[in-house]
Amino acid sequence: MIEIKNLHAAVDGMPILKGLDLTIASGEVHAIMGPNGAGKSTLSYVLSGREGYQVTDGTVAFKGQNLLELEPEQRAAAGLFLAFQYPVEIPGVTNMTFLKHALNSVRIQRGAAELDAMEFLKLVRAKTKELGMSDDMLKRAVNIGFSGGEKKRNEILQMAVLEPTFAVLDETDSGLDIDALKIVAEGVNALRCRERSMLVITHYQRLLDYIVPDHVHVLAAGRIVTSGDKELALHLEEEGYAAFAERAAA
Amino acid sequence: MPDLIPISSPGAAPADWLAGWRTGPAATASETPEWLQSARSAAAGNFERMGLPSRRVEDWRYTSLASLAEQNLDWSPPSVDVTRESLPALVFGREADCRLVLVNGEVRPNLSSIPNLGDGVVLTSLSNALGEDDDRVLRFLRQRLAEDGSSLKILNDSWLLDGYVLIVPDDTTIDMPIEILSVGTGGVRPPAYQPRNLVIAGRRSHVTIVEYHIGLCIGSYFANIVTDIDVGPEAIVRHCKVQDESKEAIHLALYSARLDSSAQLDSFSFTLGSRISRNELRVRLEGLGAYCRLNGAYLVRENQHCDHTSVVSHASPETSSDQLYKGVLDGQASGVYQGKVVVHADAQKVEAHQMSRALLLSETSEVSTKPELKIHADDVQCSHGATAGELDAEALFYLRSRGIPEIRARQLLVEAFLNEAIDAVALAGMRLPLEQNVVRWMAERSGP
Repeated sequence: MIEIKNLHAAVDGMPILKGLDLTIASGEVHAIMGPNGAGKSTLSYVLSGREGYQVTDGTVAFKGQNLLELEPEQRAAAGLFLAFQYPVEIPGVTNMTFLKHALNSVRIQRGAAELDAMEFLKLVRAKTKELGMSDDMLKRAVNIGFSGGEKKRNEILQMAVLEPTFAVLDETDSGLDIDALKIVAEGVNALRCRERSMLVITHYQRLLDYIVPDHVHVLAAGRIVTSGDKELALHLEEEGYAAFAERAAA
Repeated sequence: MPDLIPISSPGAAPADWLAGWRTGPAATASETPEWLQSARSAAAGNFERMGLPSRRVEDWRYTSLASLAEQNLDWSPPSVDVTRESLPALVFGREADCRLVLVNGEVRPNLSSIPNLGDGVVLTSLSNALGEDDDRVLRFLRQRLAEDGSSLKILNDSWLLDGYVLIVPDDTTIDMPIEILSVGTGGVRPPAYQPRNLVIAGRRSHVTIVEYHIGLCIGSYFANIVTDIDVGPEAIVRHCKVQDESKEAIHLALYSARLDSSAQLDSFSFTLGSRISRNELRVRLEGLGAYCRLNGAYLVRENQHCDHTSVVSHASPETSSDQLYKGVLDGQASGVYQGKVVVHADAQKVEAHQMSRALLLSETSEVSTKPELKIHADDVQCSHGATAGELDAEALFYLRSRGIPEIRARQLLVEAFLNEAIDAVALAGMRLPLEQNVVRWMAERSGP
């Protein structure tokens, strides 16, 4: 699905990622854990094509395509989705309008027909129902006045509507209490399937109690320093990043 | 001898303008009543003394009329033969039930369609109303002619010939919007025209006016428009203006309104056109509990200059005013918002709010904002604010990360920005066409 090789990236000339390798197969859920400043969010922005993140070396192949030469919207059309750590508020654009433009833009780029207003409404209502969300959220401006939990659920709704093949969840647990976390995790789990891979980026192990990964990687100082199964996350939680990083550096 | 310019006459009255007046119909028409002829002559004399406003006048600090003074204007342009077919049947997607058409400031009954608007309702030309000696018109006009004003108001006084007149009697509601279509035409020399419009809304009357200002040419012309509005007790006047003049036009419009007790004025202006434009609103909230809402949205680019100026005087207690202006500027365009709020000494429990927001799409566009509060009462709530900025890069990336192409994402954000002002337009049927114009304007942009 996605193959990241020797990825180096810098922000404002400062190297952040320093030779990251990661391969995720179809249907797999991988988790990346790491201390603050390890480069977790940089990885998510490099993958989604945000301006200001310069790739200085390495390659990212996504379903055989060179991901790095695509515009952000082309990456979305190719099947990449980033659930933002801090979903952006957009005054004056309703969630409904936003979702409709997003879905139809992606459909056009994928060579599918646009949905008309009725078809779209039917689809989006079905998705909100699946995720246990109220239709009211569709009428409100994008993320304006949303609670932390609502914002994250809104990200999951977008994911459900756009049906990506590879989703990056950037610190989806941040700012959520345990109840909100469970709801969001349920939403994510509902979207797990054989055709869809996920990369869950998190600082804390607790999210992985709810979204159980197939593989866990530890990111420190811009590289993956160790990989394992879900047990690795538990060890990491007990030991702490500092001790772990020390051992990794040794 | 040094070139001294006294403070009292900061600009110069172009000599050819005065010559244009002396030989034009405003000075030479024979059938004019004497009071009017002497009022025009006095105004012409005053204009000669005052001159064109220069940027040294505080009110005109951000808008230069230097390029106007240099134009070889035609002050008495020949009547242009405009046909019904040449007028847009649907302005902004709406078929008009009631439409009064002005060409170069002159009402054209043959192009207008005015149905019966109800007992006592008058919608006609000023020249016609003057000819019929309509007492309400004469009284109102004489009063307004006697008032001071900027030299452009005085210039308009001196040229008082025609315009539209709308009189809504007491307790009368006109359901259909009154559409005023003002057409500017080019000429060998740029025509200059100065309509004077009067709106008198009686006690407890309701009326909606939709004004379109368009150009039937790509060339230049100069419109100096003055509209006097009188809103009677408990009356509601809604005014929606769309200014899409020719790209070379100079459009200066002054709306001077007086509101009686519990009267409401709801004004929205939408600006797309003109090389230089100014929309100036002077509102006196004279009666207890009067309210005005002044909103505007503008989209300008290339070398366009767009000025919104307002002066709201709270002369009575419990009066309130809200202002929201939103602009999008591209290319080398410049925008101005200057809003003055005056609260008189005994006008307690007044609320006045103003906000100006500008979105700069290019590094070479600019906006100047000047709020001014003069408060002489103590129990008042006033606020003002101004912002100017670029499109939110975070929002843009967010939209693109969801598959929305960059150009479309920019359009969506600009539409959303202006919709806050457009959503407030009281006439629901106007919103969609206004929004469509925003979409069209954005689609015409070449670059990001």
